[in-house]
Amino acid sequence: MMEDIMKFRYTDGKPNLRRFHQARWDEPIIFELSQPGQRGVLVTETESEVRDTVGDILSTIPETMRRKQLPALPEMSQAQVLRHYLRLSQENLGADLNVDIGQGTCTMKYNPKVNEQLARLPGIAEIHPLQDEETVQGILEIMYQFEQMLKEISGMARFSFQSQAGSQSIYTCAAIMRAYHQARGEADQRDEVITTIFSHPSDAACAKVAGFKVITLYPGSNGYPDFAALKAAVSERTAGLMITNPEDTGIFNPYIADFVNIIHEVGGLCFYDQANANGILGITRARDAGFDMCHFNLHKTFATPHGCGGPGGGAAGVSEELAKFLPVPVVEWDGNKYYLDYNRPDSIGKIRSFYGVAPVILKAYAWVMSLGADGLREVAEIAVLNNNYLLKKMLEIPGVSAPYAVGKPRKEQVRYSWQELYEETGVSSEDIGLRAADFGLHYWTSHHPFVVPEPNTLEPTESYTKAEIDEYVAVLRQIAEEARTNPELVKTAPHNSTVHRIDDHDPLDKPDQWAVTWRAYLRKLKQSKA
Amino acid sequence: MDKKKAVVYPYIPNSEPSIKQQMLDEIGAASVEALYADIPETLRLKGKMNLPEPFLSESDLVRHVEELLAQNATCKDFLNFRGAGCYQHFVPAVCDEINGRSEFLTAYAGEPYDDHGRFQALFEYSSMMGELLEMDVVNVPTYDGFQAVATSIRMACRLTDRNEALVCGAINPDKLSMITNYCLPDISIKQIDIDRMTGNINFSALEKAISKKTAVVYYENPSYLGLITIQGAEIAKLAHRHGAECVVGVDPISLGVLSPPAVYGADIVCGDIQSLGMHIQFGGGQAGFIATCDEEKYLMEYPSRLFGITPTSVPGEYGFGDVAYERTSFAIREQGKEWVGTASALWGITAGVYLALMGPQGLAEIGKVILEKSHYAAKQLAAIKGVQSPAFDGPYFREFVVDFNGTGKTVAEINATLLAQGIFGGKDLSQEYPELGNCAIYCVTELHRQADIDRMVAAVKEIVK
Repeated sequence: MMEDIMKFRYTDGKPNLRRFHQARWDEPIIFELSQPGQRGVLVTETESEVRDTVGDILSTIPETMRRKQLPALPEMSQAQVLRHYLRLSQENLGADLNVDIGQGTCTMKYNPKVNEQLARLPGIAEIHPLQDEETVQGILEIMYQFEQMLKEISGMARFSFQSQAGSQSIYTCAAIMRAYHQARGEADQRDEVITTIFSHPSDAACAKVAGFKVITLYPGSNGYPDFAALKAAVSERTAGLMITNPEDTGIFNPYIADFVNIIHEVGGLCFYDQANANGILGITRARDAGFDMCHFNLHKTFATPHGCGGPGGGAAGVSEELAKFLPVPVVEWDGNKYYLDYNRPDSIGKIRSFYGVAPVILKAYAWVMSLGADGLREVAEIAVLNNNYLLKKMLEIPGVSAPYAVGKPRKEQVRYSWQELYEETGVSSEDIGLRAADFGLHYWTSHHPFVVPEPNTLEPTESYTKAEIDEYVAVLRQIAEEARTNPELVKTAPHNSTVHRIDDHDPLDKPDQWAVTWRAYLRKLKQSKA
Repeated sequence: MDKKKAVVYPYIPNSEPSIKQQMLDEIGAASVEALYADIPETLRLKGKMNLPEPFLSESDLVRHVEELLAQNATCKDFLNFRGAGCYQHFVPAVCDEINGRSEFLTAYAGEPYDDHGRFQALFEYSSMMGELLEMDVVNVPTYDGFQAVATSIRMACRLTDRNEALVCGAINPDKLSMITNYCLPDISIKQIDIDRMTGNINFSALEKAISKKTAVVYYENPSYLGLITIQGAEIAKLAHRHGAECVVGVDPISLGVLSPPAVYGADIVCGDIQSLGMHIQFGGGQAGFIATCDEEKYLMEYPSRLFGITPTSVPGEYGFGDVAYERTSFAIREQGKEWVGTASALWGITAGVYLALMGPQGLAEIGKVILEKSHYAAKQLAAIKGVQSPAFDGPYFREFVVDFNGTGKTVAEINATLLAQGIFGGKDLSQEYPELGNCAIYCVTELHRQADIDRMVAAVKEIVK
């Protein structure tokens, strides 16, 4: 029996492709499930003595401020609500279920279940941020100790975990850059931030919100940001550099210290976007390359789940010189107990409410504690090994290339190009991505603009087995083959997914058609029929 | 072989030596080290990072973290009367069930085709919030309520092409700090003092301060001090008369009993959704919302993702996608509106589950129960000699200021004694509002039973006698 299954599943020792089909429940919009009178949960009742004491409570609210009509929310029984959302969850892939190496730059690694269990314990889930310090020593110790770990991993002097995600950390560092120049009386003069096109869009966008003009460098033929362009861009107006390394191409810029030096020479600061530091943990550190600031995404490198887009966690690290600007409060140890220090007159103030996403900090701490220094280095080494193995296998597929630094090893990810296949078959990278959904796989192109033509960014992390990486490549090989033999199949994909292709984008882009809520949808539907 | 190499890490399958070797052979590299050859020696970390010894087994790790967390006293064990932006409400079991589902918990940024469920769940969240707020556009959640206000102010400034924001009434000083930072360097934030008698918005001071330079008038309902503004319509009219946007912050859990701000003239409504099904989590459950009408000029100012419903190639099928994606920093980097990125999507999905479970009746009931219990607590405290409760006369929701000045005790002293009895007394306001002397802000929700409130009141009475 087992032998039969194996025969079916494997041919010539190579795995066949899965006959995947995503759940297709045709699940109605929740309002369509509403039945008047149904209840999902009942609310606790006020004790009669309390009611008698306070009397007609609604009359305490002035007439003009009282809600007149109940909100038109759905009315559903509890199991109905559960079923609806479980069906929607089945119509979502999630990294636990798929070989999620197709979301390059996002570091879709395994999020250990034990950390989820720990983060749901009452000792973290049921503590209030304004409790007295002596009653939250456990979480303060975790935050303090995790800061010591990140200091060691980056070489920086201090960290703040207040930001909820990577971009908010980037903004934190941009605000610190502004405060630093302000303190030196140069804020008006230094209004330019330099970044690169293969750094995350937020490096440019957050700098802009912080009041800076943005200069963007493009790569030279070696894949490194153009050094001559950098030299031409720096001046007494330079506030700083905000850059990733390795960039989205997975190419490590070996001249990074020279980039840092040239910025320092003109009086600017350097920020290292380490949202994804997965390939260099224990190998090279931000401070050792001269950077003044860096940040980590706890939901990327440090294995906390992405939650459909947050909450994540951002860790912003700075040099000794910049530590005074960090958001308040920071966690300190007075030799006796941990405490929150708000007495920091040079601080940029608050970036987010309270102290960041405590359960995420806890999960990241637990992850580091499960690996230690050797384990973290193993994470980096295997992530890079997996990536270079994937690169080798990908380049064996006709029609795919990896622009820049040809023949050189990459770090944790690669931005591939399907340009050759596109020119041959008319099948685009987007089409390939939609067809990949038919095999139960995520696939991402790249941030805009598409500097690499027909891009596709893959990052296998340390989490997947060799066989799983092989399976991903086998799917892309199959799709490339289909592009040549049956392009319509790819261009009309997905076929086995929950829903089908959206051909007409007007309902998403035209003001008279778009609908961000059900009420807007019903209104416009009515108008269009009238 | 050294000891380190003997470990095959459960999270790192290819750390198994024979597989590692196979892969190296396949790529033709002598060692993993060779793959790092392009990182200059001068940048290489010499030796090993100095990190604590790990707990390699899962069981040891659990013991370690459990021991740390055991040092925290929880609001399950203690009676909690602190809110001030993070609120202890009941979390229905289905909320935790759904946000713990692998498919939602571990997904990220998939396309509408493989992550249809995420798009639909967040569209539904926005839709239910839209019903609660009576507004047609609600974003995919931003980081927290602070960010929602700060972005709403920036949106209003872009809409009016002005750069002055008037912040009225009591506001959390931390929030004001965040907004001020976020609006630097181009927007000036001016705070209009509260009316010292009522604790509420000082309308005449606002009238004096507003001008044709004002982009936005912002206030909260209820305010930081728990007070409900009764002049909503007047404030909106005043703002509009000067060509300014009226932005109002609310906690959506109040909207079963309180009027949605759109009804009394708000243009942009924002706030935090933590009350809707998120545990307090030391402040980790915060998430922000922004809502407006469906006019193009408003929608185009959102930095956030906005998920819209759309037909697919199969008739009758609902599909989803990004509405007006070209306004975002994902599409056009620094030319986009502020920035967009990972924020709080899972909490948005959870808030949707909460609203679906509660329904219209549940929202109305919980609002009433919170009003009843908080008013009961205020009344019982008022019976204590020297205590003025509530300290201000106006209507309030969930939170109220208690004035202890007549007791001869400081809030710090009172709270220290309460703590010894397993009670987190109200948040001390003496630092933030020194002119109020010894006042505290108490938070009472549906979770407080009469016996809990009576216990706290009896304890306070004993302390101040």
